[in-house]
Amino acid sequence: MAPFDRRLFLKSSGLSIIAGGLLPNVFVRMAQASTLPGNSSKRVLVAVFQRGAVDGLNLLVPYGEKVYYDARPSIAVPRPGSGAANSALDLDGFFGLHPSLAPLIPHFRDRSAAFVHAVGSPDATRSHFDAQDFMESGTPGSKSTPDGFLARALGAPKTGSAGSPLRAVAMTPGMPRILSGSSAIAMTSLAGFGIRAGQASEPLSESFESMYEGAVAGTLQATARESFEAVHLVRSADPANIPVANGAAYPRGPLGNALRQIAQLIKSDVGLEVAFTDVGGWDTHAAEGGGNGQLANRLRDFGQAIAAFAQDLGSRMADVTLVTMSEFGRTVRENGNRGTDHGHANVMMLLGGGVAGGKVYGKWPGLDSSHLYENRDLAVTTDFRDVFAEVLAKRLRVTALDRVFPGYECAEGKRLGVIA
Amino acid sequence: MRFPVSRSRSRSRLARLAIVVGGLAIASLIVAALTAARTDALTPREQALHVLNRLSFGPRPGDVDRVVRSGVSSYIEEQLHPERIPDGRVEARLSASNYPALAMSNAQIIANFEVPLLEARRKIKAERAANAKADDGEATDAEVAKARELIPPEQRPKRILEELTAARILRASESERQLNEVMVDFWMNHFNVYANKGQDRFAIVSFERDTVRPHIWGTFEQLLQATAKSPAMLFYLDNARSVADEDHRPFQRSRAASAAGTAGAPRGLNENYARELMELHTLGVDGGYTQKDVTELARILTGWSIGLPRREGAQAAAGGYGFGRGRGAMMRPAEAPGEFVFRAAAHDAGTKTLLGVSFAPLGIAEGERAISMLAHHPATAHHIAHQLCQRLVADDPPKELVDRVARRFLANGGDLRDTVRAIVTSPEFFDPRYYRSKIKSPFEYVVSALRAVGGATDGRAIASKIADMGEPLYLCQPPTGYSDTADAWVSSGSLLARLNFALALAQGRLPGTTADPGIVKLAGASPGRGVDSAAHWLIGTDISEDTLTTITQRVADGGEGAEPSTLVAGLLLGSPEFQRQ
Repeated sequence: MAPFDRRLFLKSSGLSIIAGGLLPNVFVRMAQASTLPGNSSKRVLVAVFQRGAVDGLNLLVPYGEKVYYDARPSIAVPRPGSGAANSALDLDGFFGLHPSLAPLIPHFRDRSAAFVHAVGSPDATRSHFDAQDFMESGTPGSKSTPDGFLARALGAPKTGSAGSPLRAVAMTPGMPRILSGSSAIAMTSLAGFGIRAGQASEPLSESFESMYEGAVAGTLQATARESFEAVHLVRSADPANIPVANGAAYPRGPLGNALRQIAQLIKSDVGLEVAFTDVGGWDTHAAEGGGNGQLANRLRDFGQAIAAFAQDLGSRMADVTLVTMSEFGRTVRENGNRGTDHGHANVMMLLGGGVAGGKVYGKWPGLDSSHLYENRDLAVTTDFRDVFAEVLAKRLRVTALDRVFPGYECAEGKRLGVIA
Repeated sequence: MRFPVSRSRSRSRLARLAIVVGGLAIASLIVAALTAARTDALTPREQALHVLNRLSFGPRPGDVDRVVRSGVSSYIEEQLHPERIPDGRVEARLSASNYPALAMSNAQIIANFEVPLLEARRKIKAERAANAKADDGEATDAEVAKARELIPPEQRPKRILEELTAARILRASESERQLNEVMVDFWMNHFNVYANKGQDRFAIVSFERDTVRPHIWGTFEQLLQATAKSPAMLFYLDNARSVADEDHRPFQRSRAASAAGTAGAPRGLNENYARELMELHTLGVDGGYTQKDVTELARILTGWSIGLPRREGAQAAAGGYGFGRGRGAMMRPAEAPGEFVFRAAAHDAGTKTLLGVSFAPLGIAEGERAISMLAHHPATAHHIAHQLCQRLVADDPPKELVDRVARRFLANGGDLRDTVRAIVTSPEFFDPRYYRSKIKSPFEYVVSALRAVGGATDGRAIASKIADMGEPLYLCQPPTGYSDTADAWVSSGSLLARLNFALALAQGRLPGTTADPGIVKLAGASPGRGVDSAAHWLIGTDISEDTLTTITQRVADGGEGAEPSTLVAGLLLGSPEFQRQ
């Protein structure tokens, strides 16, 4: 099969493809049953990818470790209560949150936010590209996986009226790997989502729609069909005009814009189940800064955007679970340029509905050199797939996790209990 | 002019006949057989369109006929030698009076664009101190805006990017050296530099003009060595700041001196460039190197850096480069500001081992030798062959072709002209399977549309359209560059942006950009029969019956007051057929 045909094939035939090729019918039926029909509870998963490998050790500071301060003489975040300006905000007597993330503290205190530390992918790669690819495909070490794990979590695309054309949305310019193979819509602007040609917009939109309907089967045709279905829905629901609520103030910038629009989609009840967005600027090889500086500025935007999202959604946040991820962590020791190089384990944050918050999860491996991965990086003690498996199973009621993460055993026993 | 019979239409006519004669079952069998991938060779006209699609940014009206007449081979050979193609018209439009920043040296750019910025920042800082405001915080948005206002518009750094982007679009759409522009796009992306990272706002001009453009028809090693010594790459991937670890310094400074050092002064290795040099620029991610090789290569490349500005203003500017200030800078021999420099004092004095090869301490020669070794490595040959074939032939290029091109690359010493020739004259290149099989990138799409309507642009307004489709030029943040495959470009938002662009272009709604009214008019000449020939004239190929019917119908129904000719042109440029190359 030509590569172009894959998405259409998925859509029209209801078949699901996983690494290694086509499945026998019995498995296809299992895959179709992987999501309970209806998602009547309106639950939404929002995944935020911090591309470039955020320094998890400065995001969630293990201030209880002396080694942390020894290894980072110029970029460590000061201990809570140390009197220094911009010191870490204590969470549990051992970990402290970066001061730029202060807007998230109330969520941790009211137990709607949790962190998982020393989490990541078991694959050893320190290539941004490969590590992102593995995390999004959900198959670390295997490059041949054709689709993303959130695409597989969505199961076989629903046909007819059962599935909303806006069931899965990526607020990104292109289709992210994590949703490829699904009928997700990728866009960056709800307001600009449609044909704009003044008086002639409507007829020209119809012309394009019918033109692409007859196009050669493939990515282009499938994407166009999905797009125009979504255009009709966006036109009738008009999410772009739903105002920001509860006095929330999104920071200017791509992440704030993306989360504001995802909130609009949620509030407009268009059937959104999975949303994704990403934010870059974390590859701090030089002049990273500690409590202040480059990373602090990026984290301020990050924290403000997520806090605004939660505030904007208000009580609706009970339906929404936001999860953050990043391809790998950074070296424990700062490098020669007051920055950090590519490392291994990192930190994830969960916020919102179902989160058993107020706690830092995961087994802490320690920063002594004997405990480091390859003698330089924080070791992975929790596989990122276990975190997503728990969220998918308990929040979106995905049952066939072996289809979502092929070749990986998502045993319940391995779950952290981060979702109540 | 004679056009070949539309394949799709004869196909559906046959299908209809079959239904009448033989019933549904037979008909569907016939249709299935007819829809299968074609195996017959490309016609001369199809070959001409194919080379124009892949070796240029798409045909202008009449180009397909010209290439049919001159012959495909002679067009290819002509394009492989851009230095022999006169290009005065576009060069005149790119004169220094229109695009002043593009003619400046690194030092001039620093003087014209960076110094005013630094002065403005200093003023703001002084004001802040006078107001006894928080001294540690970052500048607020209001302060940044204020600093910007202190700078005359023609000296604001964003001007540089505006000029660069406009010039790239102008060259791609109007230069006669089309393959040259295609390869500039390819290599600028292969050696991606994010132009909004700090000093790269200033170094990016020289990177394209002096580093990439002069070397894309030489050997891969020449190009690679040039990028390795380019200030833009050295800054982007942090090698400019990478210095030998304490233990490996040629002169041991006293600990006190190091500690007293100076804020922001580099104190050790940075492995960012070394990793990407092997992963992205040469061997490829599966090229067989280890973490240890990354560290060793980083050691080899210590001291490869960027010249600091001279004494006056040096302090502030040095801060901007992140090298710290103070005595180190004062004691250094004079350096050409903003240009490549090798600092022996920062170079690792030990012996290194890269990919099993020992490197005795030889200063700058070590790095040059390592880069030469990487440039001619078999894994590099394969990686570069694959990337080029993916760009010029197919998203998933045939393995036999990639292997053959890789062998040719090794045999010809990485000669890029010969390597490209090997691809575009191969049987695989003309295999009907790959004819119009690639989806255009946003840059390719926008420029090809412009060329199709005989358009003229100042390149400024449509830069934002390309960005809306997901490919802002010079602004790809990760070092991977943009993807060269369809799945990266075909998304809902991006597709709608393409359709909106097509309509805006045809209706003349893009500032600074015009379509040739004669050509647009021709497109709408006579609805019905005319749409078909308009398709040939505008997009150089047959259109499907669906596209034909849809456009004819839209013209017949009227488009809420829109000119029929602009309707036809807009719909054709937005058609599924025109997304392909």
